[in-house]
Amino acid sequence: MSQPSGIVRATLAKDLRLEWRSKDAINSMLFFALLVVVIFSFSFDPLAEESRRIAGGLIWVAFLFAAVTALNQTWARELRNQALDAYRISPAPANSLFLAKAFGNFIFVIVLEALMTPLFIMFYKLRALGPAWELVPVAALGTWALVVNGTFFAAISLRTRSREIMLPLLLFPISIPALLAMVNATTNILTGEDSSRFWIVLLGAYDVVFTIACLFLFETVLQAE
Amino acid sequence: MDIQSVNSDQKITRFVNSPLSLTDTNLANVTKPIVSVTNLIKQFGRFAALRGVSADFAAGRLYVIVGDNGAGKTTLVRALAGLIQPTQGKISILGSSDIRSACRQIGYMAHPSLLYDEMSGMENLRYFARLYGIEDDQRCASVIAAVKLDPALERPVGQYSQGMRQRMSLARALLNDPKILLLDEPFSNVDARSARDMVSLLGQMRDAGKTIFVVTHQVALLDGVADEFVKMDTGKIVSRAPKLQPEEAP
Repeated sequence: MSQPSGIVRATLAKDLRLEWRSKDAINSMLFFALLVVVIFSFSFDPLAEESRRIAGGLIWVAFLFAAVTALNQTWARELRNQALDAYRISPAPANSLFLAKAFGNFIFVIVLEALMTPLFIMFYKLRALGPAWELVPVAALGTWALVVNGTFFAAISLRTRSREIMLPLLLFPISIPALLAMVNATTNILTGEDSSRFWIVLLGAYDVVFTIACLFLFETVLQAE
Repeated sequence: MDIQSVNSDQKITRFVNSPLSLTDTNLANVTKPIVSVTNLIKQFGRFAALRGVSADFAAGRLYVIVGDNGAGKTTLVRALAGLIQPTQGKISILGSSDIRSACRQIGYMAHPSLLYDEMSGMENLRYFARLYGIEDDQRCASVIAAVKLDPALERPVGQYSQGMRQRMSLARALLNDPKILLLDEPFSNVDARSARDMVSLLGQMRDAGKTIFVVTHQVALLDGVADEFVKMDTGKIVSRAPKLQPEEAP
């Protein structure tokens, strides 16, 4: 039998190929995030100092909402033609599927962030007064926090009738600690007033706890009828 | 086949009185079932899709499961594939009641294709082969050729005709060279020639020792190839016979 890591790679490659051909997730995420940036930039006309204070919240809320559209897509394509059943009857471990989906969503959201961040900087005239390099671990850990829970709860809401509504209802409350850490860390880096170390460590701990919990529970979710 | 285990429905009386009986050599030779279900009950909410199905199925035979819509055919096959958990009762496959441990020996073809529309047939099979630890593309090419499709076809499956999709779905079910094949409506929307080709392939596989379950409404296609017709009605097996009586045909 293939190693679980081999199955993760094969499933991730399959998901990236499907996304490259359909562009379902990336298009809907980009469109949504772009709308948020443009509408907020017209709604507020903040000074540079105010921008630094609100940008952390704006950026992460925009990415969170945009990520939800990708998270719904990632499982929706498994439901078309019931392709997920072919995985369920195979000897492949459930966790390999979960990790491949989470890595795939991580890549989609990171690509979105890479494309949208320059626009945020341009529209809100942002310049970090703190250590800008710390934005990298904040983005990586924060994005993983969103996608690991998002992938898990999207799988739970997969068979519900109104899964588009169910996912945010399940995901947003549990993401509050991570969102708080992401926003505070980003604001601290942009304003340079305080250290963001505590929030980065909190994000790291959140990621470890929820990744283990999701891996532990995913087989039950996958085999549920 | 153990006649006592079939069912206690009234229709069994006709079955016992029919020319087929316990002395029938084909059935009497059955000693070690490859698939065995005991008092299988499956409820969806208040609706009972299976109501105490008990039966033994021998290796190397082709079983055709027939019955009206809602008779429980698909539920039975999905339970055998391990896709649904029975509410009550026991399934034993290859002597094990843990279907997950026997999943390498099961091939399943559902009414939907279980394929990704955006990928070609070969790309689909290559991915599903990895799930079974098959790294060899030759295996994928050979099962595609076995269902009379071209492995080099680069069109995405979404652009296949329904018949081609069904055949590719059969190829996917054959990938892991399973001992037990569960096929749910394999001939729906398939043209007559392709359906005959599929039946011929199933006959060859049965002759090679595979145990095959086919759920279909197109019973005539399998006449002469099937070893046994298993008739279901309202969640029960009501008769099993090597020939389907004209009045029993769906």
